[in-house]
Amino acid sequence: MRVALFLTCVNDTLYPDTGRAVVKLLTRLGVEVDFPMAQTCCGQAHYNTGYRHEAEPLARHFSDVFGEYEAIVTPSGSCGAMIRELYPRMGERARAEGRGDTLAAVLAPVVPKTYELTEFLVDVLGVTDVGACYPHKVTYHPTCHGLRGLGLGDRPRRLLQAVEGLELVELPGAEECCGFGGTFALKNADVSAAMGADKVRNAESTGAEVLCAADNSCLMHIGGTMTRLAVGMRPVHIAEILASTEEETAV
Amino acid sequence: MSRTFVGMPVFPPPTHPAFPEAARDAVHNHTLRSNLRHATHTIRAKRARAVAELSDWDRLREAGRLIKDHTLRHLDRYLVQLEESVTAAGGTVHWAVDAAEANRIVAELVKATGESEVVKVKSMATQEIGLNEALLEEGIRAYETDLAELIVQLGNDRPSHILVPAIHRNRGEIRDIFRTEMGAWGRPAPDGLTDTPAELAEAARLHLREKFLRAKVGISGANFMVAETGTLVVVESEGNGRMCLTLPETLISVVGIEKTVPTWQDLEVFLQTLPRSSTAERMNPYTSMWTGTTDEDGPRAFHLVLLDNGRTDALADQVGRQALRCIRCSACLNVCPVYERAGGHAYGSVYPGPIGAILSPQLRGTASEIDASLPYASSLCGACYEVCPVAIDIPEVLVHLRERVVEGGVAVRQGNKVVLKPAKGHAAERAAMRAARWAFSHPGALRTGQRLASRTRRLHPRTLPGPGRAWSATRDLPAAPAEPFRDWWQRTRGGKDGAK
Repeated sequence: MRVALFLTCVNDTLYPDTGRAVVKLLTRLGVEVDFPMAQTCCGQAHYNTGYRHEAEPLARHFSDVFGEYEAIVTPSGSCGAMIRELYPRMGERARAEGRGDTLAAVLAPVVPKTYELTEFLVDVLGVTDVGACYPHKVTYHPTCHGLRGLGLGDRPRRLLQAVEGLELVELPGAEECCGFGGTFALKNADVSAAMGADKVRNAESTGAEVLCAADNSCLMHIGGTMTRLAVGMRPVHIAEILASTEEETAV
Repeated sequence: MSRTFVGMPVFPPPTHPAFPEAARDAVHNHTLRSNLRHATHTIRAKRARAVAELSDWDRLREAGRLIKDHTLRHLDRYLVQLEESVTAAGGTVHWAVDAAEANRIVAELVKATGESEVVKVKSMATQEIGLNEALLEEGIRAYETDLAELIVQLGNDRPSHILVPAIHRNRGEIRDIFRTEMGAWGRPAPDGLTDTPAELAEAARLHLREKFLRAKVGISGANFMVAETGTLVVVESEGNGRMCLTLPETLISVVGIEKTVPTWQDLEVFLQTLPRSSTAERMNPYTSMWTGTTDEDGPRAFHLVLLDNGRTDALADQVGRQALRCIRCSACLNVCPVYERAGGHAYGSVYPGPIGAILSPQLRGTASEIDASLPYASSLCGACYEVCPVAIDIPEVLVHLRERVVEGGVAVRQGNKVVLKPAKGHAAERAAMRAARWAFSHPGALRTGQRLASRTRRLHPRTLPGPGRAWSATRDLPAAPAEPFRDWWQRTRGGKDGAK
């Protein structure tokens, strides 16, 4: 099976390790991964900040780049939700504005074949044990758009539970937002920081070494708070845990 | 009396700061944070249990959504039907286009009775229009009789929650307010009042009983109005509302037009979803229903003031109109991580929390600083949408209103189509968004930027100046990697060359 990796602009620029981990993991599971070099950004930050019309060319570009692939895999719950939930809405809004069906038609092909990584593993490949080994105590934070947008449910937890050596501990208040929220983190910095600090304190109370999530944007906020509060934990993307083997530990 | 707060102002004071500034004090107020955290988490968990008991919750939610959408679509017809039913049952219907007109109607009705005091049932609509203050200007004193509203009124305070207006107060604070303020409003608090709930409730009971027995005019809102029968419904927990609805000779109800439901049977849905969503009860203790007037029973005169005050404008908005489905249960406030930390006052409206963030900028417009900032008072986490018993997609409306703030566009104000200008103060952001869009439309430019970030990474500061400080004041910046992913991919052909 040949799939396209939509790494996301944040991961491409700041978290290439996550990208390498996805490639390694999918290759190990027999998937042929391609990284279309023309890919950029899904437009989520534009859309969610109120710049829907600026997001439209980015969505069109996404569709141009990824339209021909069998499946599109992304290691980000919020970018996945942008494509699956909000691209159709952008098409509807354009129609409501009297601009016809063009945008909806351009975006339609990529919507059903875009998968968040854990969804792709469990639903498409049908695996929960990906042959990983990660001998650490880990707690899992389900990020909002993965949890409530895409409905990832217990997929990430099932994948983590099958990892050899990994001890998964419950995160108190797991389903509460970490306070990142894209531009919210800057526009409402005080509230965002307070939410982040509460998330970090809850994570710390578990005694885990690692806080795992399926979205690096949230982890950037949580991790930045962790180092500032001098909490002895590290944020790790789920792809990096699932890519780790006994021979080769990613992080 | 001059310093006594008797109600909410109609519009936010022009000086009400934008949400981030207004929230700042609350975020750093430990007592407030602890009061709010305790209260919201308790009711959040109770609601989840109460909802989980019903196997058909999703269908009730969908039914509620459909009934409200249908009613809103045909609101013109149902409102006329409601007027006919109420009139046939002996009531009088008044139409108020805005707060000023509603206040004027109510004040004239009270003055016609010759009374200078009224008792009030807890009501969001009368808080929204600032009725208590308007009445005071006409020499009429309005007494709040809901326990929490009483605490707010006595404390010269503002409500901070739709259902639990004094949620920001703890027992000790309430005891102090009762001790120092009750005497000025009527029967003083008993000597040696402690902060035990039973004693506080008894003090309020004694204080209020006097008002109930004396009052000749009662003022209420309503949770529902049934068009086919002309029946109004008030759902409450304390029974104080029922006192006000039944004892006075004249009853005046001020109700937003969106509270209409077509038929009696439609209540079946909402009387299940509202109590479970709001107080986590299977059924609320007091459900009062009345249809016009009845001989020898209850008020002799009944007036219904139908309030628009921006609702028709909201109804004209294809995306925003879903906010009018709201049944004021507060479930969205209780799950909101932003409300929990910012508190209700930061929202500058009687409608705080997620629903307030989409309702206030629609009812009042986005011209003021607070209203232009409310759509951003959310991380878009979606918890509000998940618990909403009428499925209002609050994040969708928030984003829609953000668009109105930054892009302007066509909206309806006071019934007229207007073209709104983009709000001020977003020029730098707009430029940044355009620049980002350009870079993201040109992969080569993006790559140049990424490489620049990677190659200068040793020079990156740990904290940022200017607007970047909003991030780096509390969070470390991520370190830029040695190379962006796409360079690694190209260099190693996706790792096939063995290089790391």
